Amino acid sequence: MDSGPILRAVDLCKDFGGIRAVDRVSFELQKGETLGIIGPNGSGKSTLINLITGFVKPSGGRIFYQGRDITGIAPHKAVMLGMARSFQMPRPFYNMPAYKNLVIPLFSPRTRRLKGGRYGDRDEVAIHLLEDMGFERDSNVPYQPAGVLPHGYVKRLELARCLALEPDLVILDELFSGMSMSEVAGVLPLIERIADEGKTLIMVEHRLRELFRVVDRVIVLNFGRKIAEGAPDVVMANPEVKESYLGSEVEFSA
Amino acid sequence: MNEAGYRRERLDRGIKVRTDDIFALSSYREILYLTLPRLAAIAALLVFPLLKGVTGIYWQNVVLTACTIALLALSWDLLHSVGLVSLGQAIFFGAGAYATGFFSQHFGWPPLVTIPLATAVGAIFCTVLLYPVLRLRGIYFALITFAMPLLLTRVIEATKILGGNVGMSGLPPLSDTPLDLYLIITVMLICVFGFRRLFDTDYGLVLKAIRENDRSVMAAGFDLQWYRTQAVFIAAIPGAFAGAFLTHYYQFAGLPAFSIEYSILPLASAIVGGPGSFSGVALGAFMLVPLSEALRSFGNLRVVIYSIVVVVFIVILPEGVFNYLQRKYYQIERLVPMEEGGNGQRANIAGS
Ligand SMILES: Nc1ncnc2c1ncn2[C@@H]1O[C@H](COP(=O)(O)OP(=O)(O)OP(=O)(O)O)[C@@H](O)[C@H]1O
Ligand SMILES: [Mg+2]
Repeated sequence: MDSGPILRAVDLCKDFGGIRAVDRVSFELQKGETLGIIGPNGSGKSTLINLITGFVKPSGGRIFYQGRDITGIAPHKAVMLGMARSFQMPRPFYNMPAYKNLVIPLFSPRTRRLKGGRYGDRDEVAIHLLEDMGFERDSNVPYQPAGVLPHGYVKRLELARCLALEPDLVILDELFSGMSMSEVAGVLPLIERIADEGKTLIMVEHRLRELFRVVDRVIVLNFGRKIAEGAPDVVMANPEVKESYLGSEVEFSA
Repeated sequence: MNEAGYRRERLDRGIKVRTDDIFALSSYREILYLTLPRLAAIAALLVFPLLKGVTGIYWQNVVLTACTIALLALSWDLLHSVGLVSLGQAIFFGAGAYATGFFSQHFGWPPLVTIPLATAVGAIFCTVLLYPVLRLRGIYFALITFAMPLLLTRVIEATKILGGNVGMSGLPPLSDTPLDLYLIITVMLICVFGFRRLFDTDYGLVLKAIRENDRSVMAAGFDLQWYRTQAVFIAAIPGAFAGAFLTHYYQFAGLPAFSIEYSILPLASAIVGGPGSFSGVALGAFMLVPLSEALRSFGNLRVVIYSIVVVVFIVILPEGVFNYLQRKYYQIERLVPMEEGGNGQRANIAGS
């Protein structure tokens, strides 16, 4: 295994019509590192995630994963290489029971090789995973259709969906948004555990206080450009960052 | 009837059994209760061909047609399950019909060879034809499938290949009734239960998931285009078989194989019967095809009455006849006396 960065973005650009959503963003991520991506609304955070995971094709620049050029890769191939992502607006398979939602990533070409193949086994693995994510096994929550789950559970399900893929790189787009304080408090240990297990983690967040408990390093985007990068407290002291957050609702106290 | 003091209670029967994957059957009676409808349907279908003396050849033919329409409706339902709405089931039918016509006319092979071969070749042809438009969804995919049978008709007319306007006639017949009827009934039953089974597996779950949210399926590492292609191929098989089968039954393959009837009837059957469970769309075909035949005596009014009946069904039972019947079958409705103590008890608690 090469010891280079697990992920390297070079001058990534994305134009939507006239709008430059991501503007020459470069960064590196070492294996096992945890990176936060922050920035005001519309600053291009989700677009950057979409570029990395193949959901959006870049207008310019290159992406390297484990030393390999993956620019413009198809999303399912990115998953095969070990990337798993969550969506800012999770849309579970509403008509399926919650645990069946996980059977789909468990059946994915990536995980199929690892898990038991017989019909029914994946259900068991799925229930275990949901229990891990804080779904009470003995309650009927895992068996309820995903469409009726409370928001907090939908987010946990989204996290479980990523972890079911046994990824090396986990990318979470605003996992905490819309969660109550107590729900975040419930999920935070799960995230810390992912980091402790040595998985590489990228988190896009507006909830800075919680984010900074987990990540080693942040990059700040504004109007698609990277305006700062470094340890959380250093970055937040940066005048340009302060200004970009001025007037937004995000409050930060370390 | 005095309903005062009673309320209507609805209970779900055998809830546990119907919950996915928890096969906790409590008794043989329950097993019987669950399997009875399908056993009855299978038995009726298997006995029917023997009753030629009673029903007459005409109604035997009607059932045979119903089976072919049911196969096309099953094909429609499978595509629908992966989020593809087809308005052109005639593509599959026509592909199977022309393939078998070509093989028997050019090579003189017997129907027992050409029908399976045409099913495979027709399915592959349709898959290749639809592959480029699988990226399109919703109305765009629907419109293209609608246009395709018309397009293929024009191509055959203009190039005069495969018999052109005239078609290919004098093809060898399959065999005598009731053997051919048994063949198509068997294939239809295999498709109904096979597809149901397929959609209970994890593979089927992925197919269903594509319709609900294709983005999450992609994020789970599935190649959408590839899975949609597989679905189209599987769906094309019963459709192409129906075309090949009916071709040998009528001993003719020609432009009528692409007629809009083979697109609309399966669609109407699926909507009336209730999509999503495969059994429903087959039931729909077995309702609409005989209805359409029974209305023949009305002459010009036939289509009007037929359309009104279809619309009434869709308006009254939008979930589909099958889904409605299934729900009612599993439900026990009864009147139970209202608990007189109900209010009193609450008062007591409040008072204490
Ligand atoms: N598919 C698209 N088509 C056109 N414009 C888009 C598209 N996706 C994003 N944009 C635009 O790109 C810019 C960046 O959007 P993006 O969603 O990446 O921001 P974000 O940082 O994730 O914001 P938020 O914090 O609100 O999630 C916005 O101006 C947005 O309107
Ligand atoms: Mg975003």
